[in-house]
Amino acid sequence: MHPLSLAARLALCLALAGCASKPVMQDGIQVNDPYEAQNRRVHAFNKEVDRRVIGPIARLVSDKDDASNEPGAMDLVINAGSNLSLPGKIANSLLQGRPEPAIKNFFRFGVNTTLGIGGLLDPAGSDFGLPEHDTDFGETLAVWGVPEGAYLELPVLGPSTQRDAAGKVVDLLIDPLYHLLHRDAAWAAFGLRVASKAGERARFGDTVDSVLQDSADSYAQLRLIYLMHRRHELNEGGTAIDPYAAAGADDAIDPYAE
Amino acid sequence: MPSDRRGFLLAGAAALTLAPLRGWALDADQARALIDTALGEVYQVINSGQPPARMYRDFESIFVRYADVDVIARSALGPAARQADPGALAAYTQAFQGYIGRKYGKRFREFIGSRIEVTGARPLKSFFAVTSVAHLNGRAPMEVEWHVSNKSGRDRFFNIIIEGVNMLASERAEIAAMLTSRRGDLAALTADLQAAG
Repeated sequence: MHPLSLAARLALCLALAGCASKPVMQDGIQVNDPYEAQNRRVHAFNKEVDRRVIGPIARLVSDKDDASNEPGAMDLVINAGSNLSLPGKIANSLLQGRPEPAIKNFFRFGVNTTLGIGGLLDPAGSDFGLPEHDTDFGETLAVWGVPEGAYLELPVLGPSTQRDAAGKVVDLLIDPLYHLLHRDAAWAAFGLRVASKAGERARFGDTVDSVLQDSADSYAQLRLIYLMHRRHELNEGGTAIDPYAAAGADDAIDPYAE
Repeated sequence: MPSDRRGFLLAGAAALTLAPLRGWALDADQARALIDTALGEVYQVINSGQPPARMYRDFESIFVRYADVDVIARSALGPAARQADPGALAAYTQAFQGYIGRKYGKRFREFIGSRIEVTGARPLKSFFAVTSVAHLNGRAPMEVEWHVSNKSGRDRFFNIIIEGVNMLASERAEIAAMLTSRRGDLAALTADLQAAG
């Protein structure tokens, strides 16, 4: 046998092995995680970052905030940051061919930027019945028929999929806000967006802590929660487990299984 | 006569098609009422201002009264439930319900000043899905779906799905991981559950 043909066969085997990781049913949902080993390393890193840096800061901020009843600094930052995310969301809704959420977010942006003092307050949500309609380029890709791809855990950013990770990159590139603003203003806007995300992490701190620090296998738990929630958001299949049907199957004796 | 007969046949057909619908509707109302009542009790506890430990015990007793704890615990345990002896399974189920009361009870602060509105009920597979919307302070409204079955002989809920996140699926993963770390020892898992949540 020619050495080259052997090498070619080996390469073919490796390529097939790479493709062989088909999605498997796990805990009632489809999980496609061929990069699990790598993802678990990133997860260990993220968990450590959360425990040592993000968690303590979040607790500090939210304790300070709890002391007063008025909207705290954290709320203002969260509001302002998410207000700046609206132009990108409007663009995505339009790319998805969904004018209604685009129009609602457009009016939300108008109301909160003016009456809400540059987005610091949220009168659109509290008085006008215009809550934020969340979307992103990951959803746009889903609408365009791009498959979800493999599960990924990204450093610091956390759980994602190949499709959503690509979406995040595109969201940064296409955000109309950054094209309209000068460079310094764009950086300031970006900083505010990041601070707003951190504020949300602080607000939901207890929930995040309990998943990350109290789960027996926090990687698997986070992956499951992320995929179920994301698929629900994108209308890509709910999970209706029928434990009674399963219990019935469990009770049936299968002599071949013994 | 022919027209009479046709009328009779039509009425019969209509009765046949409507009967199951009426059956569904009645059960959907019952399913909805179950969740309404359970939520009422949950909010009484949340707004009672009792010490947390006392609240967790109250949540556990609400869970026992309105949820099909046996089926949830069994489903969370997965295939291992088949091999378990009844005594060990009962001890595990007991520990499981305390764990659920504490784990989900700890989230009660997020629900202070909130309200959950039951919006509808529909048949799904062999059971009923009761839909509700949770209005929490400073957050977009959340969809919460309850799966209710009467297969245990009484109307009981056996799953809660919050914005797509399925409690049964999530507990299956968690219990499976806990059981693996104990190398499949159910008694050890039961002991762990008594301290977990």
